[in-house]
Amino acid sequence: MRENNMTIPDVHVEEAGNSGVKPLLEIRDLAITFKTSTGEVQAVRNAHLTIMPGETVAIVGESGSGKSTTALAAIGLLPNNGAVTGGQILLDGEDIAHASEKRMIELRGNTIGMVPQDPMSNLNPVWKIGYQVKETLRANGRPSGPDDIAKVLEQAGLPDAHRRANQYPHEFSGGMRQRALIAIGLSCQPRLLIADEPTSALDVTVQRQILDHLDTMTTDLGTAVLLITHDLGLAAERADKVVVMYQGQVVESGPSLELLRNPRHPYTKRLVESAPSLASRRIQVAKELGVEAADLLAPTEEPAADHVLKIQDLRKVYKLRQGLGKATDFAAVDGVSFDVTRGTTTAIVGESGSGKSTVAKMVLQLEKPTEGKILFDGVDTAALKPAELFKFRRRVQPIFQDPYGSLDPMYNIFRTIEEPLRVHKIGNKASRVKKVRELLDQVSLPQSSMQRFPNELSGGQRQRVAIARALALDPEVIICDEAVSALDVLVQAQVLNLLADLQANLGLTYLFITHDLAVVRQIADHVCVMEKGKLVETGSTDDVFESPQQDYTKALLNAIPGAKLMLPPEVA
Amino acid sequence: MTSKNSHFVAPIDETPLLATDTLKTEQAPLSLWSDAWRKLRRRPLFIISSLLILALMIIALFPGLLSTVPPNDDCQLGNSEAGPAPGHPFGFTFQGCDIYSRVVHGTQASLSVGLLSVICVVIIGVTIGAIAGYYGGWVDSVLARLGDIFFALPLVLGALVITQLPFFRDNKSVWTVVVIIALLTWPQMARIARGAVIEVRNADFVTAARALGVSRVGALLRHVLPNALAPIIVMATLNLGIFIVLEATLSFLGIGLPQSIMSWGNDIAGAQSSIRTKPEIMLYPAAALSITVLSFIMLGDAVRDALDPKSRQR
Repeated sequence: MRENNMTIPDVHVEEAGNSGVKPLLEIRDLAITFKTSTGEVQAVRNAHLTIMPGETVAIVGESGSGKSTTALAAIGLLPNNGAVTGGQILLDGEDIAHASEKRMIELRGNTIGMVPQDPMSNLNPVWKIGYQVKETLRANGRPSGPDDIAKVLEQAGLPDAHRRANQYPHEFSGGMRQRALIAIGLSCQPRLLIADEPTSALDVTVQRQILDHLDTMTTDLGTAVLLITHDLGLAAERADKVVVMYQGQVVESGPSLELLRNPRHPYTKRLVESAPSLASRRIQVAKELGVEAADLLAPTEEPAADHVLKIQDLRKVYKLRQGLGKATDFAAVDGVSFDVTRGTTTAIVGESGSGKSTVAKMVLQLEKPTEGKILFDGVDTAALKPAELFKFRRRVQPIFQDPYGSLDPMYNIFRTIEEPLRVHKIGNKASRVKKVRELLDQVSLPQSSMQRFPNELSGGQRQRVAIARALALDPEVIICDEAVSALDVLVQAQVLNLLADLQANLGLTYLFITHDLAVVRQIADHVCVMEKGKLVETGSTDDVFESPQQDYTKALLNAIPGAKLMLPPEVA
Repeated sequence: MTSKNSHFVAPIDETPLLATDTLKTEQAPLSLWSDAWRKLRRRPLFIISSLLILALMIIALFPGLLSTVPPNDDCQLGNSEAGPAPGHPFGFTFQGCDIYSRVVHGTQASLSVGLLSVICVVIIGVTIGAIAGYYGGWVDSVLARLGDIFFALPLVLGALVITQLPFFRDNKSVWTVVVIIALLTWPQMARIARGAVIEVRNADFVTAARALGVSRVGALLRHVLPNALAPIIVMATLNLGIFIVLEATLSFLGIGLPQSIMSWGNDIAGAQSSIRTKPEIMLYPAAALSITVLSFIMLGDAVRDALDPKSRQR
């Protein structure tokens, strides 16, 4: 433990804890209100949490639950239109909810550090990393020579720190940037570190490394951590205590394992049920449908499996331009072969840069493969004539990742879903309206949403619209490119269930591209693991999860946060 | 709560559990344009500028409503530079023509040059910019260099050269001025359109449309362009004001509209000779010009704010 900072006044314990240790941060009945053009909105009500020195506390909640707002209030960085309208934020007994800006500047960095969410946008691209560390050190009156900077970076796990300090953020990978941000956040050895979704933008294996390192560092320094996350599994794994927020209120809080095993509030129960990292089973909709179930559940054992898609030695080479005339080849996809059985879900899993999305684009005929074949229903898709390609498009449809980007903001929901019907000249106006209504029913959206525009819908609703649009042409294969990654956990579970229902009812085949193994477990029958353009492992989901053969697959599985925390009741 | 191991559960009725992901239905559906219109109609800047523009349009279409005195027939040298008289509120020009009537009748030429130039610039600039941005590669390189060549021409110098071409010298009219302005200013619009198209062309909804079977051109016309329209509209509104000034500049230099067409630029040029003795002769057409340009620029500002994607909720 570091010695007490001079600026912190003597602490008067107002409420003695059981053990006699004084809490480092205590938030009591906090209320935060935002002024918007439509009036005042209360973002946080009656929030309370306690962090003891050296303890890790996680706030879990969906987007808009007030978890980040609460943390920002603790460091006095609420947006200008927001203000604390009630309650107290006690730091060592001192109420800082309405502290002066001068006092907050004294506290920031020194006493409260912060690691922001997005490593891509939180480093200033025009300054060298070293300068950005130096800025923090100097603002807090600490020695800021080159060696001090290097030491700070080294502690955050950046090797060769002297050279790294002279590099610009664009020369760093996402994981390295996050390490640099952690270095900045911890450079002045604060007593409390606020980490706002510190790893949600990173690959799972990198996420694991960074969180492990953060753990070690904060344990060594005795820093308390306020971890903000949407992932209950991650929170339970990393924190001593978990605080669940819902609609601006703390609905449940307690020791993490206790809360996970014995959730009492209905919202927490729902969260625990749908957290993908804690689930361990394929969503079993098909089972209840009887006859069809047999081949859905055990497709590999069928002797004459119907391979709707056959991918053979697929290769995609991009030319990377390096100055004038020079070009080097870069194989984004290198010799990938796999089959997709009709009526099943095949997942392609990999981290960013593994080439999984390129495979999806080639299957969709949006990119031409450099080598190799894609056989759809036994026909080589490379040889399709334009008219045949147009027909192929009816049978293979995509759903994209970003629910904000995949719908044209100028089209209302009706036009969006009707577009494929119009493009393929199916039916007349009246029959199309009827079809759109049916599709909206299928994806459980009210028919009254037809006249609305995408910006009025939530992410999950937009993804439902995208699913309805993909279903409009009665396709056989749907390619989901990270279709649920951008959604909140509960919404994600809802959409995954919808996809499973649709598969059972319509006999759809899914090719599911994702980075999230936890989601694979829930939806896929087969898994293809990709690394750097190559296929490293394929197999049925159960086989891959229970006995992974390759080191890379093992590393990916180990990195799922919270996977080992709790055996689900069915298995135990 | 203070105890380290307490397990707190909020009373359930305090935060009732809502159905996951419900649709908000209290507000009426809003498209980008109706949303922008709702924001616009409450802005004083927009109200004032659009009222002024409406008035200017009416004056341009029906100059007879405001002035019964014919602007040119009645010029008597005896009235040269005379002050206001009954029926002639602004006085007379050097040639003895009624200033008020000339200012009113000049509106038509100024506005039509502005509007027609903007239409031409939008057609040329957006076509070239959209093709360059959408197709990229060598098409983009060729079109961008072509634009740079025109962009590099100094405006007044370019206009001077073009008006010396025999065809333009012999056929001076509103149209020649429009052609000159459009020819020299389209690259700016093309750049804006190109940038806006590039921003949209890789959006997932364009890929989704292509995967549905929409052709490449179809995706450009139906998805990319409508989404790239906002900055183009803002630019066009701002350009309208600028082009009216440009016409006045060219006319002032004697390379714009012919003397036979009444325009504020011509009147300002004509008032040069009496600027020391009677500055108010120049004041009236100049004020009319300023008010017009200001209205269009204010309108452009208001439209830009209303179409700003950052101010739109997602």
